[in-house]
Amino acid sequence: MTEAAIEAMQFRQAETSAVRVRRRYAAERRFRFYGVLAISVAVLMLALLLATIVSKGYGAFVQTEITIDINFDSAVIDPAGTLDPAVLATADYAKLIKEALYAQFPEATSRGDKRALYDLVSTGASYELQKMVLTDPSLIGKTQPVTLTASDDVDMLNKGYMSRSGVEAERRLNDKQVGWIDGLAAKGLVSTALGTAFLTHGDSREPEQAGVWGAVVGTVFTMLVTLLMTLPLGVATAVYLEEFAPKNRWTDLIEININNLAAVPSIVFGLLGLAVFLNFFGLPRSAPLVGGMVLALIVLPTIIIAGRAAIKAVPPSIREAALGVGASRLQVVTHHVLPLAMPGILTGTIIGMAHALGETAPLLMIGMVAFIVDIPGGITDAATVLPVQIYIWADSPERAFVERTSAAIMVLLAVLLVMNGLAILLRRQFERRW
Amino acid sequence: MNLTVIFATLLILTAVGYFLGRQRAFASVGGRASQLHSLPSYHGAYVALWCLLPALLLFLLWMLAEPHILRAITIGALPPELANLPNNQLGLVLNDIQNIAEGNAARAGADPAKLAAADHLITWERTGRIAIAIAAVAAALAGLLWGRHRIAPALRARNSVERTATILLIACSTISVITTVGIVLSLLFESLRFFAQVPFYEFLFGLQWSPQTAMRADQVGSSGAFGAIPLFAGTLLITLIAMVVAVPLGLMAAIYMADYASKTVRAFVKPALEVLAGIPTVVYGFFAALTVAPFIRGAGQSIGLDVASESALAAGVVMGIMIIPFVSSLSDDVMNAVPQSLRDGSYALGATKSETIRQVVVPAALPGIVGAVLLAVSRAIGETMIVVMAAGLTANLTANPLEAVTTVTVQIATLLVGDQEFDSPKTLSAFALGLVLFCVTLALNIVALSIVRRYREKYD
Repeated sequence: MTEAAIEAMQFRQAETSAVRVRRRYAAERRFRFYGVLAISVAVLMLALLLATIVSKGYGAFVQTEITIDINFDSAVIDPAGTLDPAVLATADYAKLIKEALYAQFPEATSRGDKRALYDLVSTGASYELQKMVLTDPSLIGKTQPVTLTASDDVDMLNKGYMSRSGVEAERRLNDKQVGWIDGLAAKGLVSTALGTAFLTHGDSREPEQAGVWGAVVGTVFTMLVTLLMTLPLGVATAVYLEEFAPKNRWTDLIEININNLAAVPSIVFGLLGLAVFLNFFGLPRSAPLVGGMVLALIVLPTIIIAGRAAIKAVPPSIREAALGVGASRLQVVTHHVLPLAMPGILTGTIIGMAHALGETAPLLMIGMVAFIVDIPGGITDAATVLPVQIYIWADSPERAFVERTSAAIMVLLAVLLVMNGLAILLRRQFERRW
Repeated sequence: MNLTVIFATLLILTAVGYFLGRQRAFASVGGRASQLHSLPSYHGAYVALWCLLPALLLFLLWMLAEPHILRAITIGALPPELANLPNNQLGLVLNDIQNIAEGNAARAGADPAKLAAADHLITWERTGRIAIAIAAVAAALAGLLWGRHRIAPALRARNSVERTATILLIACSTISVITTVGIVLSLLFESLRFFAQVPFYEFLFGLQWSPQTAMRADQVGSSGAFGAIPLFAGTLLITLIAMVVAVPLGLMAAIYMADYASKTVRAFVKPALEVLAGIPTVVYGFFAALTVAPFIRGAGQSIGLDVASESALAAGVVMGIMIIPFVSSLSDDVMNAVPQSLRDGSYALGATKSETIRQVVVPAALPGIVGAVLLAVSRAIGETMIVVMAAGLTANLTANPLEAVTTVTVQIATLLVGDQEFDSPKTLSAFALGLVLFCVTLALNIVALSIVRRYREKYD
C-alpha cells in the first residue's frame, strides 16, 4: 500500500475509533444515570409514602373540644338526692348538654335544628359528664364551664379538611351548624388539645372516640403466643438439623419442607388456621391464641433458617474442645454452641417477629376482623391486632377515620422501627468474628 | 377448676421433682458427687421428666377430646325433638346451650329444655375437670415417686435424659413436615368437597366468576358461576405490572449500589431499601388506595382516558415498589458471587464499567437473576393486602391496566371474611382457590431452584 493510503486508513481508524469511544463513554454515563434514577425512584417513593402517612396522621393526636356552661341540674341528675352511684350513672346527661346548647343558641327552635345543634358534640360527651359527676358528686347543683369533645365533623372542619364553601348538601355540616361553630369560635370556646382518646380507647364507630389501645393489647397477646410457640420449636429444629441429624432422605425432606414453607403465601396459612384450628380443634374464633399459632407457623421457617446459620457460624474447634474434655454431644450444644449462637438466633427472632407484626391476611381468615370494643383480657378473649385495625378503619367511610388510620400506621411503623433498631444493635454489639 | 391452674400445678410438681431428685442423688452417695455416674442436675432432670411427661400427655389428650365428649353428652341428654334436628339447626341449639352455660345469654326467657341441658353441661364439665385434675396430679405424683425410686449412684441418668431430649428435638423438627401435610390435607379436603358440587373443568376453564349462589328460586344476581379464568387473568395482569416496575428498578439499584455508589450513598440507601422491605403490606395498600389510585385517576382524566378508581395500574405499581428490595437483595447476592477475575479480565480488554456489567457480569449471573425474578413473581402472586385495598372486587377479564380487576387472593379474603355457611360452594371455592395458589407458588419455587441449580456456573 502507498504511504498516503496507510495514513488515510490510520486517520480514518482514529476518527471512527474516537467516535466509538465517545459513544461508549456516553453509554457508560447513561447507564450510571439509570442506576441513580432507579435508586432515586425507590427512595422517593419511600419518602412519599412516609410523608403522606405522617401529614395525614399527626392530626389524630390533637382533638377539637367545645367549652360550654353546663348546669348540673340536680333535678335531672339526682332528683331524690340520694347520691346513689347507680342513680348518678343512669341519669340523662345528654339533656344537660342539650339545655346548655339551646341556651347558647336560642335561635334553634325546630326539631331538626335542635338535633343539628346537639350533633356538634361527640356522642361520648354525655359519658364524659357522667364520669365527672361520678368522681365528684359535689358538682351537682353547680354551673360551670365544661370542655367536651366535639364530634368528628366539627373536628374535620376545625382542622381544615372540610371546606366551608361549596354546596351545602355535599357537606356533612349544614350552613347553620357552620355558623354556630364559628360563633363559638369567635367567643374562644372552640379549642384543640392533645387528645388521649386515640391511645387509650378501644375501637368505636365514632371516629373521635376510636382508639388503638384494644388493638395494641391484642397485638401484645398475639405476639406473646407467637414468641412462646415459635422460639423453642425453631431453635430445637435448627439444633437438630445442624448437630444431630444424619444425612439421610428424611433430613433432606425436612430441609426441603422448611424452604418451601418459607415461600408459601401467608394467606394459605390463614386457610390452614381456619380449617384446622377453628373447625377441627374448635378453638375460639378471633382469639390471640389462634392468631399466635398461625403466626408462629409463618415465622417458624425464618427462625429455623436464621438459627441454622448462627449455629453453623460457631467454629468446629469449640465443639471439638468441649468433646475433648469429656462433654456429651447434647452438653456441647447446650453449654457451648447455643450460648455462642444466641445473638444470631435472637437477631433472626426479632426480624421474624417484626415480620409477624405486620401480617394481616392470615388473621383476617381466622376472624380477627370483627368489631371488638372491649380491651381483651386474656389470650382466649376476642381481640384484634394493629394491622387488622388499620385495615378495618381504612374501609370506614367517615373522613375522620383517614386521620386515625394514618396515625395508627405511624404507631405501627414506630414499633417496627424500634424492633429493627434493636435487632441491628444486638447484631452489632454481640456479633463475634471468629 | 381452671385449666391454667391444673397446668401450673403440674409445673410446680415438676420443679419439686427436680429438687427431690437432686437431693436424693446427693443423699445416695453421702454427698460425694464424684461417685455418681451423671451430674446431680441430670438426676434431678430425670425425675422431673418422669413427673412431667406422662401427666402432660394425659392432659393434652384430654384437652383435645373434651369438647367432643361434652358435645356427645349434651346431645345424648337432649329430648328427642331437639336431638333429631338437622345438623346446622342442632349446631345453633348447642350454641345456645353453651351460651347459657357460660353466662353469656340470659337464663330468664330461655327454653326450659335448653336450661336443663345447660345445667347438665355445667355439671358434666365440672366433673370432667375435677377428674382430669385428679388424674393428671396422680400421674405426676406416680411418675415422681417412680423416678425417685430409681435414683442410684449407678443410674445412667444423663443418657436417659439426653435420649429423651433428642426425641423431643426430632419431634419438633417434624412439626414443619406436619405443617405442610396439614396445609395440603386441609386444602385438599375442602377443595374435594367443592369439586363435588362444581366440576373441575368448569372451575379451571370457566370464563365467568360470580360466586353468589341462589338461596331462593327467584333471587336476582346469583348465577353461581365459578369459572376462575378472570381471577387468574387479573392476578397475572397485576403481577406483570409489578414486575415491570420492580425488575428494572431492583436490578439497576443493585448494580449501582454494588459498583458505582460511594460509601455515603450506600450507607444512606441500603437502610432505605431495608425500610422499604419492612413496611407492612397493609400500609402499602392504604397508600395505594389513598394516594396512588386517585393520582392515576386524576392524571388519566386530565389526558382524557377513563381510569377506574381501583385500577390494576395503581395496585401493580405499589406492589412493584414493595418487591424492589426483594429483587435488589437477591440479585445483589447473585452478582457478588461472580468472581472478580471475570471482571478484571473484561477491564483488561478495555471495557467500560457498564460494558463489563452488561456483557460479562449479568450473563454470568443470569440463572440466579432469573431465579430471583421467579421468586419475586411468586411473592407478587401471593400478596393479599395491597390488592384487597387497592384492586377491585368484580371479576373482569381484560388486559387493560386502567380497568378494575380482581385477583385470586382478594377473592379468598372476601369469600371467607363474612357470613360463612361452611357447606355452600361459595365458601368452599375459597379453599379451591387456595389450593391453586399453593400449587402455583410451590411450582414457581421449584422451577426457580432448579434453574439456579442447573445453569449455575462453578467458578473454581
